[in-house]
Amino acid sequence: MTHDIPVVAPAEADGVLSLLWLVIALPALGAAVLLLGGRLTDRWGHLLATALPIGSFGISVAMLVELLGRPADDRQVVQHLYTWVDTGSLHVGADLLYDPLSSLFLLLITGVGSLIHLYSIGYMAHDPRRRRFFAYLNLFLAAMLTLVLAESYLVLFLGWEGVGLASYLLIGFWQHKPSAAAAAKKAFVINRVGDMGLSLAIMLAFVTFGSVSFTVISAGAGEASETTLTILGLLLLLGACGKSAQVPLQAWLLDAMEGPTPVSALIHAATMVTAGVYLVVRSNFVFELAEVAQTVVVVVAVVTLLWGAVIGCAKDDIKKVLAGSTMSQIGYMMLGAGLGAAGYAFAIFHLLTHGFFKANMFLGAGSVMHAMTGPDGEGDVDMRHYGALRRALPVTFLTFAMGYLAIIGFPGFSGFWSKDKLIETALADNLVVGVLALLGAGITGFYMTRLMLLTWFGQRRWREGVHPHESPLVMTVPLVVLAAASVFGGAMLLGGWVTSYLEPVTGHAVHHEPPIPVWAVSVLTVAVVAVGVVGAWLLFGRRPVPETPPEPRGAGGWAVTAARHDLYGDAINDTLVVGPGAAVTRTLVDTDRYVVDGLLTGGPLGVAALAEAGRRLQNGYVRSYALSVAGGAVVVCLALLAVTVA
Amino acid sequence: MDSVTPYVVLSAILFTIGCVGVLVRRNAIVVFMCVELMLNAANLALVAFAHQHGNLDGQVAAFFVMVVAAAEVVIGLAIIMTIYRTRRSASVDDASLLRW
Repeated sequence: MTHDIPVVAPAEADGVLSLLWLVIALPALGAAVLLLGGRLTDRWGHLLATALPIGSFGISVAMLVELLGRPADDRQVVQHLYTWVDTGSLHVGADLLYDPLSSLFLLLITGVGSLIHLYSIGYMAHDPRRRRFFAYLNLFLAAMLTLVLAESYLVLFLGWEGVGLASYLLIGFWQHKPSAAAAAKKAFVINRVGDMGLSLAIMLAFVTFGSVSFTVISAGAGEASETTLTILGLLLLLGACGKSAQVPLQAWLLDAMEGPTPVSALIHAATMVTAGVYLVVRSNFVFELAEVAQTVVVVVAVVTLLWGAVIGCAKDDIKKVLAGSTMSQIGYMMLGAGLGAAGYAFAIFHLLTHGFFKANMFLGAGSVMHAMTGPDGEGDVDMRHYGALRRALPVTFLTFAMGYLAIIGFPGFSGFWSKDKLIETALADNLVVGVLALLGAGITGFYMTRLMLLTWFGQRRWREGVHPHESPLVMTVPLVVLAAASVFGGAMLLGGWVTSYLEPVTGHAVHHEPPIPVWAVSVLTVAVVAVGVVGAWLLFGRRPVPETPPEPRGAGGWAVTAARHDLYGDAINDTLVVGPGAAVTRTLVDTDRYVVDGLLTGGPLGVAALAEAGRRLQNGYVRSYALSVAGGAVVVCLALLAVTVA
Repeated sequence: MDSVTPYVVLSAILFTIGCVGVLVRRNAIVVFMCVELMLNAANLALVAFAHQHGNLDGQVAAFFVMVVAAAEVVIGLAIIMTIYRTRRSASVDDASLLRW
């Protein structure tokens, strides 16, 4: 090992930091009031639900200020709330850990969360179940905050399951649509696979270290065998794959777009899906010592970042393009997390900037859908029905453009700094990985430019009866704030602030020089992105866009078909898991029906068959009865004779 | 050969005739008569053996058989009459309602 594994050794929380529990309690209170209060809270519930996260955000900011005022080696605090589990040798306290890593997450979750609550006031204004929506959003925030503030894997798991529940409830929020109900179920089931990995990891950690607390495990990780740590790492990765929609558990994220758009922005772009990255970075003491697991993380990350990007190129549904892009960007974060101490900080940095620009673009997409609502009251998501919207929705267009420039990594925008750093680190680590990451950046440029051209430029392809209009102020203000964050988010990197701030968590990285100079990496990245952008312009900017997707043709036709089918993710799942699973259940049912039931009912059936045969003896003919009597008498006589003679 | 043997042989022959008659004939009256034949074959054997043993046990038993047979004839004929009246048939095979 070229560096020390950082140990979690927090001090007791005091002063402002003792308000830590309140950060979780406020949204939890909101959810409780709105869900228990029922219709009484219909009129003001959404306002309360928006005010509480803003309160949490205020506390988070105050705590960050307090933390920044402390020396770097004193920036981990723990707050013991109560003893949660105390049985046998398992002692788990409801402990909250506040350190630089959680502090950044806290700001992202409460900050972006508050803005999205604000936006939802406008977006969900006419929904009859608005109160319930806000209650679920608050529930989500409370669970997500528990996840990032947990001091042990068990408390983390509580939040982990909580966000899964909230995600399920919100994907299926419009439950009257069968597609939404099915998507919610799909997300829930695929997440169960990942959760199984995480729960096994917790059990293994308990068996190995006798505790599930980060403090104990990080201190004892050095003494555990590498095999154990590798298994632990792989199980944690499985959990992370489920929550973060990484290959092979990626199939749920595209369907999750059935939920209301603010949900897609908050849960399926900015926060919840990044929980997997958080888990890997938080468990750095495991991954640092398990090189195999780390390599697997990198492989999964690279596959996902290309997978998501390719899907993003072929979708006509604006939200699905953004969802594919989210998968791809989380792949970048995972890549950073898999690169070890050199990449952790950049993974978190990209996570934050992505949280800004992707939430911005999702909300922008929601604003467009809102504007494109047809006479049937359904928001249109098909980009082939958009076009030339930049004049109709100027504010949304400008803010969306900021997000666009940020995600493709236009120099100076936040995404440029974060993605550039990731590619640079990847190149320094492994040339193949670095080149693939670079390729992913080019594809990002392509599909995002395609989205921009289809939506904002070109000719009008609006449906009959659609009259686009700018969204109300309550929706555009969050867009403006997030756009500003997308532009200036890169400032966190100034003077290497974010890396040095996260150092107590991620450990000190030994810097590897990439094979080419750093400035050359930046130029190369921008050049590759430019190729993608120009490619998209040649295909979609120069000529009219057909209103129905053209048939795939030519040599690359199969690639288009594959990408339109999500690279056959569902088909693979069906073939490898669903089909065999159904076959096993069918076999079990048949075994039960024919073997087990056969054994149990066979005896009685045999007796019944015997009786059926036996009752034929009662034929009602007196003479046959007489024959039986005579035969019997003969037998008795012969028996008597035999006895006498013998 | 013992002096009792011809009686026992006759008794056996009569019993066999009666037994075969019961088994093969269908007319209830004939079956009934065959039953009487078997009873009397038994009586003959009883009396013959009583004579051989020189006591009255067998003869008393024969009287009991006659009494029982008389009672049985009364009831049996009454049943046959009733069946004939209701079914216009005295065949034992026709009265086969009590079966599976």
